[in-house]
Amino acid sequence: MIASITNYVYILSGALFILSLKWMNSPVTARRGVIAGEIGMLLAISGTLINHHHNWEWILTAFFIGSAVGVPIAYLMPMTAVPQRTALSHACGALAAALVGTAEYYQHQPHGFVMVALVLETLLGYLTFTGSLMAMGKLQEVLPQRPLTYRNQNLTNFFLFALAAGIGVRLIFVPSDAYLFPIFAVLSLVFGVLLIIPIGGADMPTVIALLNSYAGLSACAMGFALDNHLLVIAGALDGSSGLILSIIMCKAMNRSFTNVLFGAFGQVQPQAAKQEQRHYRSASAEEAAAILDAAASVFIIPGYGLAVAQAQHKIRELFDSLTRRGVDVKFAIHPVAGRMPGHMNVLLAEAEIPYDRLYEMDDINGEFPQCDVALVIGANDVTNPAARNDKSSPIYGMPILDVDKARTVMVIKRSMNPGFAGIDNDLYYMEKTLMLFGDAKAFVAEILRELPARAAA
Amino acid sequence: MTSNLEIGLYVFMLATFVGLEVIRKVSPLLHTPLMSLTNAISAISVVGAILIISSEDASALSKWLGFIAITAAVTNIVSGFLITDRMLKMFKKREGKK
Repeated sequence: MIASITNYVYILSGALFILSLKWMNSPVTARRGVIAGEIGMLLAISGTLINHHHNWEWILTAFFIGSAVGVPIAYLMPMTAVPQRTALSHACGALAAALVGTAEYYQHQPHGFVMVALVLETLLGYLTFTGSLMAMGKLQEVLPQRPLTYRNQNLTNFFLFALAAGIGVRLIFVPSDAYLFPIFAVLSLVFGVLLIIPIGGADMPTVIALLNSYAGLSACAMGFALDNHLLVIAGALDGSSGLILSIIMCKAMNRSFTNVLFGAFGQVQPQAAKQEQRHYRSASAEEAAAILDAAASVFIIPGYGLAVAQAQHKIRELFDSLTRRGVDVKFAIHPVAGRMPGHMNVLLAEAEIPYDRLYEMDDINGEFPQCDVALVIGANDVTNPAARNDKSSPIYGMPILDVDKARTVMVIKRSMNPGFAGIDNDLYYMEKTLMLFGDAKAFVAEILRELPARAAA
Repeated sequence: MTSNLEIGLYVFMLATFVGLEVIRKVSPLLHTPLMSLTNAISAISVVGAILIISSEDASALSKWLGFIAITAAVTNIVSGFLITDRMLKMFKKREGKK
């Protein structure tokens, strides 16, 4: 009787999870989506607990510790650190799945298909666990952001993976070979580390999304191992979400999965630095303020450099000030502007910039020719016209914001040094481009000081 | 007769297609909150951990592994839902410009 109640509760909770994701399609309904997800989770947990009475003290203690850790993480984590938190929670989720799989193995030593699911669950779980920790270390800059490479790296990785997979297959056929299981677990853990080491900081948005997908799939495999359909549904939702996001990120960088995972981008091109001095124009904050004041429409192109300089709130003030003057200000956001999918939107929303002013690349690119001033702050490669014109450029083919089509371009930048990928940006040498040298936050503050002075004059 | 495995595969297939369709419609504006939400939802593995820890014949090893698993999953659930809501609260339209 109670068992069948549990099953109906699970069905309800599965439906709530789907609704929860569906409501995420618009900022208007998104918070309702969170509530639906919370109710679904609450139902799932209570539905499970009414049916299982043993070891309550263990369960309650674990719930208590988990909540005590989770609440401060949620409220104290600065928005710039959200990618790290996300990586950490992929690690936690994957660890949970892997440990449940391990416990299940030692308890029942299952056979047949259940064992297949269990092997997949633990393999994905353990490799996502260490992989996510590595990704987190890179994002937090505890670990070097540069890709770490060595000779025969891909060969070593492949060999290791083949070994882990081989042992996994052996365990599927002969589950009683218990001595193999720890080896299998360790190999999966090591493979997770080696998988992420050669991937550079710039590729982290893709990697995070991919790890998201793995974590979901391992929960899904757990569902098969325990014959629990709610786990299968929730895992599949998470898996498909991660998959879609990583495809979007790959497209935004014009890379393939294999290229991200095995390409070691960012260390390959020390580029035969063509040291011809090219001419560029620079301008002061006063001149910049005058141009902005005279403009009818201004597009701001933010990149991660903006967040590094902590300039979000100054940008908001600039936005307010220009809007009051009747200037139409829009933000043009490249999909990889932040450190994870959609990150830049969150950072700007935190600074209280209204979300209906944030435009996606495809929606705004056609409008650049009508834009008076394009103000680039902390973005580089995503504005480089070489991606469109120069077949020899390493970023050729990457979708970019058509900043070069604006009537005037202004770029706030510390110096003429090339960006992360070490590629020179032709945008900076165009006739209509003004370079504004300085720290993003300080320079915007200076422009802000100049603006009211002009209004008074 | 359809076995549990086959039913499971049907569920997986349908849930994946539903997931792909639903997620494709999510605005890129909300991709970061989306990821933390799916994170919280995939912490449903807490159910598996509860099943392991509360079985009558749970060994000490299972208890400890299950204990860590529940702690990790609950951390994800709590921080995932709360931080998603915290982020979504920040997304505001321009307040009625008249």
